[in-house]
This record gives sequence, structure tokens and C-alpha cells, in this order.
Amino acid sequence: MAMFQMAMSSSSARVRPGQIVAVALIAAFLVFFLLIPVASVIVTAFRDKATGAFTLVNFVDFAQTDLFVRSFWNSVYVSSMSVVVASIFALPLAYYTTRFEFRGAAIVQTLGIIPLIMPPFAGAVAMQLLFGRNGTVNLLLDQYFGFKVPFMEGLNGVIFVQSIHYFPFILINLSAALRNIDRSMEESAQNLGSSGLRLFRRIVFPLAMPGYVAGASLVFIKVFDDLATPLLLNVNQMLAPQAYLRITSVGINDPMGYVISVVLIVASLIAMWLSVLAMRGKDYATTQRGGGGLAKREMRPGDAIPAYIMIALILALVLAPHIGLFLMSIATVWSFSPLPDAFTLKHYATVIFDSGQYIWNTVLYASLAAGIDIVIGVAIAYLVLRTKVIGAKWLDYTAMAALAVPGVVLGIGFLRSYYGVILPGGQSLATYWVMIVLALAVRRLPYALRACTAALQQVSQSLEEAAENLGAGKRRTIQRVVVPLMTGGIVAGFVTSFATAAVELSATIMLVQSTSDAPLAYGLYVYMQSPAGRGAGAALGMIAVLIVGICTYLSHHIAEKDRARKAGTST
Amino acid sequence: MKTKLLAAALASTLALSASIAIAQTPTGKLVIVTSFSKEVTDPYKKAFEKANPGVTVEIQNRNTNAAVKYLDETKSNNVTDLMWASAPDAFEALKQRELLEKYKPRVTGIPEKIGDFPINDPEGYFFGFAASGYGIMWNTRYVQANKLPEPKDWQDLAKAPYFNHVAIAAPSRSGTTHLTIETILQGEGWDQGWRINKEIGGNLAQVTERSFGVPDGVNSGQFGYGIVIDFFGFSAQGAGFPVKFVYPSVTTIVPANIGIVKNAPNATLARAFVEFLLSPPGQELLFEPTIRRLPVNPATYAKAPEGMPNPFNFKWTGKGGFKFDTDLSERRLGVVDALYDQTITFQLEPLKKATKAIHDAEAKLAAKPNPAAAALIKEARDLIAKMPVAEQEALSSDIVNAFKGGGGKEKAPRQAQLEQQWAKFAADNYAKALAKAEEAAKALN
Repeated sequence: MAMFQMAMSSSSARVRPGQIVAVALIAAFLVFFLLIPVASVIVTAFRDKATGAFTLVNFVDFAQTDLFVRSFWNSVYVSSMSVVVASIFALPLAYYTTRFEFRGAAIVQTLGIIPLIMPPFAGAVAMQLLFGRNGTVNLLLDQYFGFKVPFMEGLNGVIFVQSIHYFPFILINLSAALRNIDRSMEESAQNLGSSGLRLFRRIVFPLAMPGYVAGASLVFIKVFDDLATPLLLNVNQMLAPQAYLRITSVGINDPMGYVISVVLIVASLIAMWLSVLAMRGKDYATTQRGGGGLAKREMRPGDAIPAYIMIALILALVLAPHIGLFLMSIATVWSFSPLPDAFTLKHYATVIFDSGQYIWNTVLYASLAAGIDIVIGVAIAYLVLRTKVIGAKWLDYTAMAALAVPGVVLGIGFLRSYYGVILPGGQSLATYWVMIVLALAVRRLPYALRACTAALQQVSQSLEEAAENLGAGKRRTIQRVVVPLMTGGIVAGFVTSFATAAVELSATIMLVQSTSDAPLAYGLYVYMQSPAGRGAGAALGMIAVLIVGICTYLSHHIAEKDRARKAGTST
Repeated sequence: MKTKLLAAALASTLALSASIAIAQTPTGKLVIVTSFSKEVTDPYKKAFEKANPGVTVEIQNRNTNAAVKYLDETKSNNVTDLMWASAPDAFEALKQRELLEKYKPRVTGIPEKIGDFPINDPEGYFFGFAASGYGIMWNTRYVQANKLPEPKDWQDLAKAPYFNHVAIAAPSRSGTTHLTIETILQGEGWDQGWRINKEIGGNLAQVTERSFGVPDGVNSGQFGYGIVIDFFGFSAQGAGFPVKFVYPSVTTIVPANIGIVKNAPNATLARAFVEFLLSPPGQELLFEPTIRRLPVNPATYAKAPEGMPNPFNFKWTGKGGFKFDTDLSERRLGVVDALYDQTITFQLEPLKKATKAIHDAEAKLAAKPNPAAAALIKEARDLIAKMPVAEQEALSSDIVNAFKGGGGKEKAPRQAQLEQQWAKFAADNYAKALAKAEEAAKALN
């Protein structure tokens, strides 16, 4: 325990035994369910294939292979552009719904999260039906105007789909941050003569910066590491698909897939480190918690109409995959035509009749995983920002590194590390359903962690000091002051983790051992493998979207009520 | 306060999940790992459970490659009874890794061979239950709307009108496509086979990552034509999609297989399932509209639905009656897949560009004969067809071992090095081919 040294600089930074225990517990979790499994897999990257000895020659091969270098730069380009496009979607939605008395703000916020819960496979299939080269939009364009737009072709297609898919990361984190800005800041600025766009640019947006950077870095890393979308668009010259293609090909036990995984992990860590650097040395905390967020204004009709139109357009675009999915779920045959040939409800009957287990499992796994994530997320955020326990930073980096671990690597790692451990009853630990929960928790921990960190960054330490001066113990302060003040961020973290865990497939598919343990995404995958199953798969996808949508709406409701309560008690 | 709520929610979900875990006590459970879709497995699951009360059939769906990897990773405490999938190569790989159990089915009436392909593994490690041929499916609405022809043979797909309308799954990703490529290579010979593969490659709209990506794209009309295994075409018709399917002259018929996994927890049930699958009722289930596979028992065809061909009635091997060599296919599997990926999948843009230039130049040539231009076009075509390795070299132990795990010699080339060489070779030749074709077009202006 030499690494956890005591720091005595200030009273609030004193290291307590509780903190050390927390660090040790979280470290154990990360070691057993992230580091060991991943190490068991990527060790191959450092082995000479012939002799098994340690070598770096595989990395030299990486740098000398045109395909990999090209893939690397393609990935960087696609990720950066996705952040830009996603910001364009997210900024207006976040701004209008948090700054104005906006009818249906909760609905917009909920709908804005729905793109995250596009189940794999289903989303790209639906997008192809709408925006593909012979999708609805292009068939209509061709018919009436005689041209087509290659929305879904090549790298630009990936950027298009990824921005739609991941912009909610920015929306959620930015909205939470905007809500957390104190009204008095804005009022002071207004008193000093600032207003309009200048007020937003100079005061509001900078104060919301932690949320924006948290969201943007998630988008960047997520797009950098995502393989489902490029693969479904059949774009393979990007880094993550290259890793996946090599790791999962039969008969090829070559190290390059693992080398690429290492490169992915390192690149993501660098991106995270840059986002930390960007935030360093800046204090975003505001002490007052009187107003309960930004002042909400009425919009003048002249402003309101364009705002509603813009939001409707953005929502129509980002919800397009779901509209496509819905049409698919009630379609009989949909082939080379703008709309399906006929409609039916039989797919829903099929799904509800024989897939109830999938739905229940999904809710169970995703809520457990998201629960674990916010507990660990709050703990790490607190340890990093409020204590001087050595190693807390490393917990943060390690937990975030999970973002960079391709799901299939984690899945294989779980199998490799824990398959030999036999539970009483003869089942292997690796295939016990709890392991699916743990794999999901590890994979989605970064989302919850970033949201919790951003939330805590906005809580001024002086509030805690005040509580302690009034005699509250550390634990009581955390319980009664810190966590309640972070509620918005915690809910955002829970929702993101839950929603994305509910549709995760790449790690789960390696761990699912029996259909009775399988989550919904797996069932969807199974359905989507046959022409007759497409409609049923889409119906299952719609059910997933509905479940997560309802949960999201409920948590917003809780957050809103909580805010109202806080605002109410202070006035 | 919220944390308490949350804790309560978590506690209740935990309690509920505990009750689920108790309800899962296995009684006579048969675990099948398969690459087949629900539409194929469900009728069998139901029929088998009905015939054997008290038995539960547990289906685990994984793609073939992942299934092989899964069985390998879990062999220390195997819980799988059966492996059920199409590609014979995958079973060949499982057999070599000693992951399968020997068995001799008792069912009678199934011939030894279909076409030139043995239905069962001669050593008795896996058994064919349905036959599949490879061919071309297309979307009739797409073809009519774009005024395109209907193909009859592989070579048709290389012609100019098909440019940017064809899709294929990467052979490294799809066991069945690998067999298609291998069939063309074995049927036409290494050089001519690669020429055809690359000429079709130049016309591809996309190389998909999943086998099912191709029929899915054809069904929905994203592509016109797809190179697929027959039941994708038949079952799409069964589901009502406007598609057609044809067997080209050089194709081979290959059995889809089932094998008993070594140390199966429930070997008795596994054997019973194999027997059921091969029995007349099991074979007839293959005619279900969502399955539509060709039974291996010739007697079953008496009950065939309309439109289902009987493979025992026609000559499968087309030209010269070649014998599909599974051993050869298995030995060079990694090499052929990597060659395809490095020269076609990952070079698709340059390959398409060069191919388009050749099509354009040939169109002009047809209108205005010009021997010099014709020679240039031929050179361009030869440049595209050129392979970085000859057939014998591709089978050399150095290269084959580079694509197998471990055990290579110290000085042997590494897989990554070979791939870079091949990719560069292809990229350089495609660039030269493009230049030649453009030169020819200029000469024809």
C-alpha cells in the first residue's frame, strides 16, 4: 500500500481509510474485469508468432502496411468530422430546450437520446432503406429530379450515420451542464450589458464547457473505436473494423488484430488526455445553487417559429433510423420501393409470443450494469476531484480506457480468463449471466464516469467545506450535499450507460451461452439473419427503443422534479 | 433520496433475477451451436422437442467463424453438444483441432456422394444433412428499373452492364463465399479463376462483411445482383421478395453439416438429433418456405414444393466434371482469403476505376475497330488479372504457415509482410491498367 501516501496539505484533502478502501475496491474491479481479460488477449500483439518470444516487430509491420496507415488516418478523419457534425445537431437542441420556456422540452430531450439506442444491425439496415443508394430518399429524388445523393457511401456515409448515432453524447452532457449553470452568472453578465449571442458565447457556453468537452471526447473516441457502423456500411478501411476483421477470421491466429487493438487503445487514451489538457487549469465550479439553473425565457413568436422548425428538422433527421425501423417492423415486403408493399402487425405478434425472455433480460442486465457504473463513476469522480489519494487519477484513466477496448476483445478476454473457473453446479464462471452484466458495466463505465465527473466539476468545493464547517462528517456531506447536487449528471450517466448497454452486442455475443440468458440485441441479431426474420427483428428493435425511451423519459422526469424541488426550497 | 430509490430498484431486480436463475435447472438439455437463422432452427427445435417430451433444445446462434473460435476457447469445459453449420471447411478445421466426436448415423437411403462431393466426412466426424449450391441471385424490380440483363454464368457478372451492381461477401468473412471463390479457382484453374474473380471484383458495388449482407442488400434493392448460396435465394422467394436465383455452369454442390462436439455433455441426445435430422420427417422439414434447402435423401424430393430443383437429377460439375478438393481448399484457406482481401476487398476503388476505364474503352472499340487500342485493352486486362503468387507458390509451406498460428520458421515471411507486398502489387498493377485503358480510349477518340 505504499502507493497510497497520505497528503496532509489541507483538511478536505486528507486521505481517509474509507477512500483507500474505495480505491482498492474499484482497482480490484478494474483489474479483474478489464485489465486481466484485455491483457490475456492483447499479449499476442507482443509475441513473435513463430517463437512466442517478446517482440515489437508486429508494430513495425503495422507502420509499414499501407492499409493500416490509411485506415488509421481514415479513422481520425471520420472521428473528427463526426464530432463537428454531431455538435451541429446537438447545440441547437441543447440550447433551446434548456434556455427557453420550451413546450415539449422533455420530449425533445428524450427523443434526442433515442438515436443512442439504435440496436446494432437494425439501424444500418433501416438507414439503407431510407438513405441507401436505392433507399426511399434516393428513389424519390431519382424519380422527380433525376439524380441521387450518395448519403451512405464511403467515409462520408460513416460520418453521417455516426453523427446521428452518437450526437446524444454531446446533447446529454451539454444539457446537463447548461442546466447546472447558475442563473446569477447570467444575470451578472446581463447587468454588465451582455446579451444575446455574445452572452451565450462569452458566458454560458464557456461555463458549460466541461459538459461539451465530455460529450465531444466521448463522440470522438466512440466513433474511433466503433466497428458496427463502418462494417454495416461495408467500409472496412478504418482501424476498428480492421481489428475486428482480423481477430474474428477463422484460421488466422495472427498478431496484427491485437496490434491494431493496442493502437486503438493508445489513440483513445491520447484523445482523452488531450481533452483533460484542454480543461486543465480552469475552474468551472460556481458556488451558488439558488436559481436552479439558467433563467428560462419566453420566446417571441418571431423567434419561436424558426426554432421549432429547426428542431423539427433535426429531430426528423436524427430519428430517421427509427422511422425506418418502424416501417420495417410493420412491412410485409420492402424492396426497391419508397415505401413497403403492404403493412402487417404479425411481426409484433411473433416477437411478443416468443421473445419475452430477451426483453426481461435486457432490462435486468442494462439496469444492473448502469447501476454499477454510476456507483463507480461517482466514486472515481469524487476521488479524483476531491481527494489526493494517489492512484485515483489512474483509476480514472483505466476506467476510461475501457472505451477503447473493442467489445470482441473484452468478450474473448472474459472467456480466456474465467472459462476455467467452474462454479458450484458445473457451470463456467465466464458464461454465468452475471458476467454479461459485468462486461456491460465495464464497457459502459466511461459514459457514466464522464457524466459524473462533469457534474462534480460544476459543484464548488466551498459548498462541501461549508457543510463540514457546520459539523457534517465526510460521509454525510457526500450523501446530503455532493450527490444531490450531482443528480442531473448522475441521471445523465445512468441513462447513457443504460441505453447503450441495452443494445450492446459485440462483447455479449461472445458470452451468451444460452438463449434463456440472452439479451434483446442478441435476439435481434438472430432474427436479422434471414429474409423472413427481418420484420420480426425490426419489431424487436422497436420494443427495445420503446423500453429505453420510457426509462429515459422517467429519469428526466425525476431529474426535473428534483430540480424543481431544489429551486422551490431556496426561494 | 434518489440513491435510495435506485438502490431499492437494484435490490428488487437482483431478487427477481435470482428467481430466474433457480428456474433454469436443466433437464435433458441439448445445446446446439449454429450459424443458421431462427427460421431454420425453430422448426427443428419444435419437432424434436415434440418427438422427445422432456427434452429442451437450446439454440445458440453464432456466425461460423465465431462458432469455431467459441468451441476452441471453451473446450476445457465443453457445454455444447452439436455444431450445425454450412461450410465444410469449418468442420474440417474443427476436426483438425480434435473438437469433434466420431459417429456413424444409422439412417439408410442417403447416397455416398452428391455430385462429386462426399455427403459425410469419410472419417465420420461430421455429416451432411442438406445440399447447397452457389449461384447468383438478383432483384427483379432493380433489374427492370435499371434495364439490366439476367445473368446465367459467373462470367456474365464481369460484363460492362453489371458495373457497380454486384455484391459479394468477403470470403474471409463468409465460409460459403470462400467456397464459391475456391470453386471458381478449382473449376477454372488458378490463373483463369483469379481473372474471373477480379473481373467480377471490378464490377462490385460492395464487399459485405457478413454472408447475410448480400441477400439482405439484394432483397431490399440496394444491389442488383448477389453471389450467394442457393437457400438465401429460395428462402427470400419464400418470404415474398421479388428475387430470382440461378446456378452457373461452374458450381459445386456442397453439403451443409452437423457434427457432435467432443466431450458433449449430452451425447445420447446429440446422436438422436443427428438421426432425426437425417430421417425422412427431418429431411422434409427442409422444404419449409423459410428454410428451402435441398435434402440429401433423394426420396424426399417426391414431396418437393414447386421451384425447388432436385440436385440428384442434374450434372453439377459442369465443365469437365472437376472434383472439388476439400483438402486443397482447407490447406490454402488463409492464403486464398488474404489474396482476395488484399487484391480485391481492400483495393476496391482502384480496381473499379481501372475496370470502368476498360469498359469505356471497349465500348468505343466496338464502334470503331483499332488493333493498337485492342492490344492496349488486352494489356490492361492482363495487368488486372495478374497475381502476386503462382498456384504452387501459394501452397509453399512458408506462405501457408505464415497464415497459420505459430510454428513457422525463424526467417519465414510474416503474414503482415506478405499482405503488404500483395496489396502493393495489386495497387501498382491497377494503376498501370488504368493508364493503359485510358491510353486506349484516347487512341479511339
